[in-house]
Amino acid sequence: MIEARGLVQTFHTGQGKQKREVHAVRGVDLDVAEGEVVGFLGPNGAGKTTTLRMLTTLLRPTAGTATVAGFDVATQAVDVRRSIGYCSQVGSTFSGAYAGDEVVDHGMLYGMSKKAAVAKGEELFGKLQLEGLWRRMPKNMSGGQKRRLDIAMALIHSPSLVFLDEPTTGLDPQARINLWQHIADLRTKEGATVFLTTHYLDEADALADRIVIIDKGEIVASDTADNLKAAVAGDLVDLEVSADEQVAITRDKLASISSDVEVEGHHVRGRVARAGKAVPGLLRDLDNAGVSLESIEVVRPTLDDVFLTLTGRSLRDAEAAADGDGAAGDDAAQPAATPEGASA
Amino acid sequence: MSTFFRESWIVFNRQLRMNLRNPAWVIIGMLQPVLYLLLFGPLLEPVIAQLGGNKYTWFVPGMLVQLGIFGAFFAGFSLIGEWREGVIEAERVTPAHRSALLFGRLYRDLLQLLVQALILVVLGLVLGMDASFGGIVLGVVLTLMLGGACAAASNALALTTKSEDVMAPVINLVMMPVLLLSGILLPMTFGKEWLQRLSDFMPIKHVVDAVRAAFFGDYDSSMLWGVGWTVALFALAVWWGTSVFKKENA
Repeated sequence: MIEARGLVQTFHTGQGKQKREVHAVRGVDLDVAEGEVVGFLGPNGAGKTTTLRMLTTLLRPTAGTATVAGFDVATQAVDVRRSIGYCSQVGSTFSGAYAGDEVVDHGMLYGMSKKAAVAKGEELFGKLQLEGLWRRMPKNMSGGQKRRLDIAMALIHSPSLVFLDEPTTGLDPQARINLWQHIADLRTKEGATVFLTTHYLDEADALADRIVIIDKGEIVASDTADNLKAAVAGDLVDLEVSADEQVAITRDKLASISSDVEVEGHHVRGRVARAGKAVPGLLRDLDNAGVSLESIEVVRPTLDDVFLTLTGRSLRDAEAAADGDGAAGDDAAQPAATPEGASA
Repeated sequence: MSTFFRESWIVFNRQLRMNLRNPAWVIIGMLQPVLYLLLFGPLLEPVIAQLGGNKYTWFVPGMLVQLGIFGAFFAGFSLIGEWREGVIEAERVTPAHRSALLFGRLYRDLLQLLVQALILVVLGLVLGMDASFGGIVLGVVLTLMLGGACAAASNALALTTKSEDVMAPVINLVMMPVLLLSGILLPMTFGKEWLQRLSDFMPIKHVVDAVRAAFFGDYDSSMLWGVGWTVALFALAVWWGTSVFKKENA
């Protein structure tokens, strides 16, 4: 559904002597299969939105190629636009217009008749729990309702591929969980392929079949959340023994399945790939060696652990750094920069 | 109906609905030229007497051009609001023609301008304006084309600056010399020689002269210059607006 090779986006910022090049995206390769839900994860300024804007034809790549739904983003932009739905992070409706009118007008811009757009719009309002809000203005809606309205806009023409740019940013926890269900339904009920950008680890974990991690404009990993955690970080196994003389034995046994064992008092800790399979054998070995455990704790790694292992910094630190220096070519900061190419 | 007209019609309908939902600006826009005509027009009587003819036949064409310029040049402000809320980006990701997104908004501006122009002309006729039907039609058409040019330029400027704070002083910077050197309020022939020569470099002055000439039925070289400038400004502004809608990095 998406095939990108060597996508590059370079911006120019500043004027005169202050002018400098920002390499927002540096040679991104991407493959997304039909029916997949792919989470595009990275901190602010990593290149998520810039990549998405190139894939949705809003920004012409400085270099590289991409086909979306079988069409080239540079030479067949109109065909790409017909095939995709797009939900931007800033919204897509005018606050002073009626919600129903906005959805219908949007559908008609895709060539739908008014009758068909109204019928599809009403169906989507029902599915997205927007009943009774057809004649409500977005300015009078809650954050969650507005985001669901944005999704209705993106789905009005029944696209086979939907791009969601940070769909739950700014929502309260309850509204986020509610929206997750609707995003999951995009595939199960609408049959759509979903490509969503996010900087929320739990969101990528909960929604995506596969996670693509981008940092400083480059893809650093691409796999299922479980595989990424197992391959990159592993589960943290924490064993607490009852006596000093058992620490060394426990450390040696744990070292047979873990490469980074640490000892702290009576606690012996180490990262273990797929602990669910390895730990029962470890416990048998310890029991045979006469070690009695006070406690055992297995902590599943988070995607932040994966990010830390891959990039040497946590996702939250990366976000703080990006927010602090503003050295991005990404996200809503884009209007300040001048892209190398423009959309056709 | 071709795809372009269908798409621009959809955008026009959407814009018109939003305007009618908030009619304050439409009413204020219509009231302004009426007040000029009723309160400023009488002051012209002794001045216009030197030129001969009815004072409103002089004044209404100037007011028409003022409407065309000033009303339309503020059209871009609403576009900045739409851009900020993601509407422009949502439209740009549809297969609709970029020029249709601009023209739909121009139709709305031109419809508003047409209604204002008709009110002005009817009121002028009631007050004694003496102009032929053909001259009035030609004058209104020139006004609409100039208004279209200003609205297109305003939309282009809006998507280039993306800031009301930047756009407002830029418009003031452009409007001040236009108001002073185009003879909108009084013909430039009242001014000193150097002022008249300076105003020759102001394209809008030629448009004002052409609209006045149309009302007076004088189809001379000033008409040719005015029509030429109007068409050129319209083409240039539409090209600018369309290219910004294509390139705009919303």
